[in-house]
Amino acid sequence: MKLTFSKADEAFRQEVVSWLDAHLVGEFEQLKFRGGPGDEHMFPEERKRWEQTLAEGGWIGLGWPKEAGGRGCSIEQQVIFYEEYARAGAPGRVGHIGEGLAGPTIAAFGSDEQKQKYLPGILNGTELWCQGYSEPSAGSDLANVKTKARFDETKGKWIINGQKVWTSLAHESDYIFVIARTDPDSVAHKGLGFFLMKMDQSGIDVRPIEQITGTSEFNEVFFDEAECEAEDIVGKPGDGWKVAMGLLGFERGVSTLGQQMAFQNELNDVIAAAKANGAANDPVIRQRIAKAHEGLKIMRYNSMRTLSHDASDGALHKEALMYKLYWATWHRDLGELAMDVLGMECDVLEEAPYELTRLQSMYLFVRSDTIYGGTNQIQRNIIAERGLGMPKEPKVTIKA
Amino acid sequence: MDFAFTEEQLMIRESAIAFLQNVSDSESIRKAMATDQGYDEAVWASLCQELYLQAITVPEDFGGLGLGFVELVAVMEQMGQYLLCAPFFSTVCLAATAVRLAGNDDQQADFFAKLLEGETSALAFTSNTYFNSKGVEVTYKKVGDQFVLNGEYRYVVDGHTAKNLVLVAREEGSVKHDGLAFFIVPADTQGITRQWLPTVDQTRKMATITLDNLMLDAASLMQENAVDVFHHVLDLATITLAAEQVGGAQKALDLTVEYTKERVQFNRPVASFQSVKHKAADMMTRVEAARSGVYYAACVADDALNAGPLADELKEAASIVKAAASEAYFQNAGDAIQLHGGVGFTWEYDVHMYFKRAKASEHFLGNAAYHRERLAKDLLGE
Ligand SMILES: Cc1cc2nc3c(=O)[nH]c(=O)nc-3n(C[C@H](O)[C@H](O)[C@H](O)COP(=O)(O)OP(=O)(O)OC[C@H]3O[C@@H](n4cnc5c(N)ncnc54)[C@H](O)[C@@H]3O)c2cc1C
Repeated sequence: MKLTFSKADEAFRQEVVSWLDAHLVGEFEQLKFRGGPGDEHMFPEERKRWEQTLAEGGWIGLGWPKEAGGRGCSIEQQVIFYEEYARAGAPGRVGHIGEGLAGPTIAAFGSDEQKQKYLPGILNGTELWCQGYSEPSAGSDLANVKTKARFDETKGKWIINGQKVWTSLAHESDYIFVIARTDPDSVAHKGLGFFLMKMDQSGIDVRPIEQITGTSEFNEVFFDEAECEAEDIVGKPGDGWKVAMGLLGFERGVSTLGQQMAFQNELNDVIAAAKANGAANDPVIRQRIAKAHEGLKIMRYNSMRTLSHDASDGALHKEALMYKLYWATWHRDLGELAMDVLGMECDVLEEAPYELTRLQSMYLFVRSDTIYGGTNQIQRNIIAERGLGMPKEPKVTIKA
Repeated sequence: MDFAFTEEQLMIRESAIAFLQNVSDSESIRKAMATDQGYDEAVWASLCQELYLQAITVPEDFGGLGLGFVELVAVMEQMGQYLLCAPFFSTVCLAATAVRLAGNDDQQADFFAKLLEGETSALAFTSNTYFNSKGVEVTYKKVGDQFVLNGEYRYVVDGHTAKNLVLVAREEGSVKHDGLAFFIVPADTQGITRQWLPTVDQTRKMATITLDNLMLDAASLMQENAVDVFHHVLDLATITLAAEQVGGAQKALDLTVEYTKERVQFNRPVASFQSVKHKAADMMTRVEAARSGVYYAACVADDALNAGPLADELKEAASIVKAAASEAYFQNAGDAIQLHGGVGFTWEYDVHMYFKRAKASEHFLGNAAYHRERLAKDLLGE
């Protein structure tokens, strides 16, 4: 075991730090520590321009393979980038769904044509993506999607009908990747297709959903005879589930360490608040602050352990399997701690009509961490079944 | 950056596992725990002579293997998993760590030579329930060239059976961090009375040691004004204990998964009930989190001993892992009883041994609340 970074990596760190220092200025100065969870609706235009600035600096696609136009950086360097990014308070990324999900999926499963068409726009920060998976009847049970795709021979296009829901940043996005049923008679995992679609078309209607925070980061997306080019299905009709599941593998990557640095910023705010109002003298609050610190450190050690495993075998190690459940629950607890540190003041808005303070919006937003990306209950099912080999639930059929 | 065991470390762990499977099955544990001594001398002898595990952290200059805490932690984790009854923690993790940090060359040479032969030792330091300088109540005073020690130690792990004792005492009249000193003596020295202290956790034995005008010469003194060394010794030992707790927490989970997969109720294995699965998932989450902490802390411990880059993190790392591992072990052991149903409450099933070890280990060297308060002081800049 060796837990320190090499000289070359530390030099890379310096490069990241000075670049951020030099570029988080001017119109971007105001973006510091903004656009994170609960604040994702803020400064959309500035944050889009920030994506392009990042791209010019060569900071998008760090971990992508060189063939896909990425930099092919080592795990260590990616970790360093995400850490310094968050430490500097650089803004929440609007391009993360493209960079972290759509891009790697296209690079892994897409045709050469799709790669040429889509990867450059992600890498240069000009084209934003959203994820069209969940539907009213397909949440945890994702395979239950009902949205349909049929190939129209005369138009030579795929025609999509149906509805997605909870689609984050759909209102800001240029493209959406969608799973839809190509075989209308199929059920569950079979008969699905994975589609890359342009958002700006008459067949797609985006309606924001107001969230617990009073803001709108996610949306309903309606498809009414929406069109997808014939060549924009990833893989073949019927491959949709395989492609979608391959994508899940990209979701727990090295960005976790950057996320932890953002958590650290939040915890620092909580500690500062406790010191300022005297809550730091309360023995119970002290315990909770220390426990939060302990959990955050353990997340870091745990991620280092995960990243040290050779990922090529595709095996999911136990510490990786439990990570989502661990951090989501930790973050939820941090939100509660923040409010309990503030005491009665936790109830007082920044401003009417419903402007939340940063800690309040964090506290409300963290309630979604235990829901999206596999709820805590689903995570526990996965841990028990895949990590511990416990049996699946017997199936129950609902009578019509 | 590489956070994985090397081939050599894996080999050490594998050989420890092979050994423990043989010597520390349920029957052997029960036999050992029913005695006052608490361990089987033949097992201890083969641990020392055949596996040479007591030599892991002994520096090469003194004839040891010169390995580090990563190796020690890998072994302790397995000892916790197999609930080994042996004076390993007391001798290697506590006493030897103290001698390594506090002893001069002669004292170390002498001590390590005996240790390599398999001689056991214990560390006596607290007289109350504090595992820090507040706990040190035994006093010493200088009389000419000699030191006179008086007082009573409690919770001395394997104190009644150890051949040598490392004693921590405070100079008469000193308070808090001042006046702490380390001594080393053969346990049968006149002036020392040792009394086995019967415990709920029978797998780890404790003793009360009374010093009545114990007269020691200068050669027995290891170090005076040694509060920093004292804290380092405890932090290092804490990390090894946390490793052992992780092993125990893992075993509590393993027993539970195994049992619930076999036990059938309502015509299905109880492991297929979601409330059972979810509890097990939480058990796994706790143990993996604590394990990640322990492996990291082991690297910190090695850096602390070799002035490496992470050396300053020792105190923090020790507290983090002791808090996490204490909760993981006790909660897992408690959940294990629950998920076993009635048989979990019996003496016959092994779960209770882990449950009892978990509680004792949680409090030894400070529980989660103690360690979190320690973290809080530093975090809040007090
Ligand atoms: C802030 C936010 C952003 C999101 N962004 C996106 C996005 O960009 N794109 C997208 O496609 N989706 C997105 N989602 C949707 C998200 O993935 C779903 O909300 C999630 O998968 C849960 O589905 P559901 O809401 O239908 O809840 P349900 O699946 O209906 O769950 C309801 C309750 O039942 C429990 N439950 C369900 N099944 C089981 C089971 N088998 N065992 C035990 N308990 C069970 C759940 O844990 C939960 O407590 C987002 C959600 C949120 C909150």
